Amino acid sequence: MKNVKLATVGAVSVVAASMASAVQAEDLTLCWAAWDPANALVELSKDFEEQSGHTMNFEFVPWPNFADRMLNELNSGGQLCDLLIGDSQWIGGGAENGHYVKLNDFFDAEGISMDDFAPATVYAYSTWPKGTPNYYALPAMGDANGWFYRKDWFERDDIKAAYKEATGDELGEPQTQKEMLQIAQFFQGREIDGQTVYGAAIFTERGSEGITMGATSALYPWGFKYENTPGSYDMEGAVNSPEAVEALEFYKEFYETATPPGYTNSYMGESLDAFKSGQVAMAMNWFAFFPGLYADPDTGGDKIDFFVNPPQNQAGSTLGGQGISVVSYSDKQDASLEYIKWFANPEVQARWWSMGGYSAHNSVLQGETFKDSAPFAGDFLMAMDDVQDFWQEPAYAELLLAMQKRLHDYVVADTGTAQEALDLLIEDWTEVFEDEGKL
Amino acid sequence: MSDGTVDRLARATPTRVARKVKGLSDRAIAWLFVGPTIFLLLAINIFPLIWTINLSFTNFKANRPNRAVEYIGLRNYERILSDSDIWLSMQATAHFLFWTLFFQVLIGFALAWLINKKFRGNDMWTTIIVLPMMLSPAVVGNFWTFLYQPQIGLFNYIVAFFTGADPSSFDMLGSVDLAPWAIVIVDTWMWTPFVMLICLAGLRSIPDYIYEAAEVDRASKLRQFFTITIPMVLPFLMLAVLFRGIENFKMFDLVVQLTGGGPGSVTEMSSINLKREAFEKWRTGYSSAFAIILFVTVFGLASIYVKALNKVKER
Repeated sequence: MKNVKLATVGAVSVVAASMASAVQAEDLTLCWAAWDPANALVELSKDFEEQSGHTMNFEFVPWPNFADRMLNELNSGGQLCDLLIGDSQWIGGGAENGHYVKLNDFFDAEGISMDDFAPATVYAYSTWPKGTPNYYALPAMGDANGWFYRKDWFERDDIKAAYKEATGDELGEPQTQKEMLQIAQFFQGREIDGQTVYGAAIFTERGSEGITMGATSALYPWGFKYENTPGSYDMEGAVNSPEAVEALEFYKEFYETATPPGYTNSYMGESLDAFKSGQVAMAMNWFAFFPGLYADPDTGGDKIDFFVNPPQNQAGSTLGGQGISVVSYSDKQDASLEYIKWFANPEVQARWWSMGGYSAHNSVLQGETFKDSAPFAGDFLMAMDDVQDFWQEPAYAELLLAMQKRLHDYVVADTGTAQEALDLLIEDWTEVFEDEGKL
Repeated sequence: MSDGTVDRLARATPTRVARKVKGLSDRAIAWLFVGPTIFLLLAINIFPLIWTINLSFTNFKANRPNRAVEYIGLRNYERILSDSDIWLSMQATAHFLFWTLFFQVLIGFALAWLINKKFRGNDMWTTIIVLPMMLSPAVVGNFWTFLYQPQIGLFNYIVAFFTGADPSSFDMLGSVDLAPWAIVIVDTWMWTPFVMLICLAGLRSIPDYIYEAAEVDRASKLRQFFTITIPMVLPFLMLAVLFRGIENFKMFDLVVQLTGGGPGSVTEMSSINLKREAFEKWRTGYSSAFAIILFVTVFGLASIYVKALNKVKER
């Protein structure tokens, strides 16, 4: 009998121990886009694996398919992702459709304060409804659309002299959008070291979000607004304001007169390729790529420099970046929250920045050495001060696809006028908001 | 089989089994065999079709599970049929369909006619010609994107060589005028071999004695071609057109890879439009109605065509 008791106690102990270890060591899957910062996060997360005993798996999807793939996953209640670094525009849908776990109680319990993060990133990546203290994500990756250029070309005496002769101005980092176009047009079709080069690589992609992200980099500095009064969905006169029309005409002129031939469906990858292959003098892209560009052996280092999206009537940059959320369909939410807690740690955030990720933590951004820590760090701070984001409504995908179509029809396919494109866009958006019951 | 054998087999059958089978009529046994197939057909084809028809009368959005679903009658159908973008995508589909079929039939038949001649290396050429259709559409789309690249693309250089134009002066995939033709060229390149193979089967099915009889009657080669070859190959050719027509009506992968529906929306086929409505905008009710309209269109056209095909066969 004694032996039976001992055996029972032993068996219970073994089961209990195995259950405990099962609770402690989970296989977590983090989903994100496939790009440079994702690779940095894999390295960074090794520290979490060591500390927690959990194993991290990663599901990275190329950008053009990222939204499609991940939104399908969320909408079908899939359990592929325990943690998701989702685009800022998904926050409305994530919150209203119950895809993301609300994090307020967790933040309160763990002493994580949103005041420790840059306000623009908290507003854009974490809150829904916008600006309210309802948090569905922790700011994970600050980002904005910026510019980089061939510093070595800009510093060459022969090119500087030619620019002065052609325009009467000194060649340097552009201070306005129009000056940037002037520089791009100067380089367009120019022979440099026996090779024909072009002005700039901009975003014109049709399928996902490319041309919208590119054109808003012109629209915001001109003063484009989505609504006359925030939250009113009153778009007439805001979306199609004279300033917006002028900005869109500007973007079309930029596309037609200062980009490489065949640049009709180009986004991040094409912009990087055009620059790295020495085709263009300037290029727009997300700050997330800047560490990799600076490290490039052929066109990085001394040959490259960076600047924030130039102002026109005002300063304005297109917001990128993402927050990290816990997926509500995951059955490993406790371990996922552990990851968020670990990631919010200032020391981890400092390492995140040093490894190529863009921390949104104030302890990093407001550090004395931050501005000098990379040639693009100061520009990043400037950009984040004036970022604007696309609609973050639950119906964001419909709103985005409508804008993609109207912009591509006008800018690339040369159909209609800028005024017509923006008028039609208001019609499309009005229909969406009517369907949503918001108008 | 003699009666004795039947009797022996009947006696050898265990009584239990015999009694069970005896209880089933031929009709019941037939149902037993076709039942699983009918069940699968209902589950995989018919039920989704009925469900799609049902959804097409609602405002349902698959990404908004918490939203109340309302029946809105024919509103989705009205909106689709009065949407100019839908009609533009239909036009793009019709342009693609007509010209791909035209070129594939023309070139496919010509190639089959040439390959049908006995010559040295005949088999090798057949294999080479059918290679494109063995490739994945994603691969074909990708490498034609490079071929069409204005600065480094081989296609532009070949055109420039013959016309004297600057290779980078035209952009096959980026020009509103050229892009619809660019996708026609690629599809023709990829699928002409398929039409060729079917035509070749047709040509090889014509007995030699018919031509020999025509020779005896002193019919010219041209006369033989129009009165023997074409009529006898026509059912095969029509079958090829049917297959390619249905395939190209739902063309998606190749065009997405090449142009993504652009520039603007000039190459946005109905299928691309449908996919965007259904799985990017998540307008499930609206896209269900669109799918039903496309289904009825294809089904109607195909039925008319099959009737015509049967008439040609009967002649």
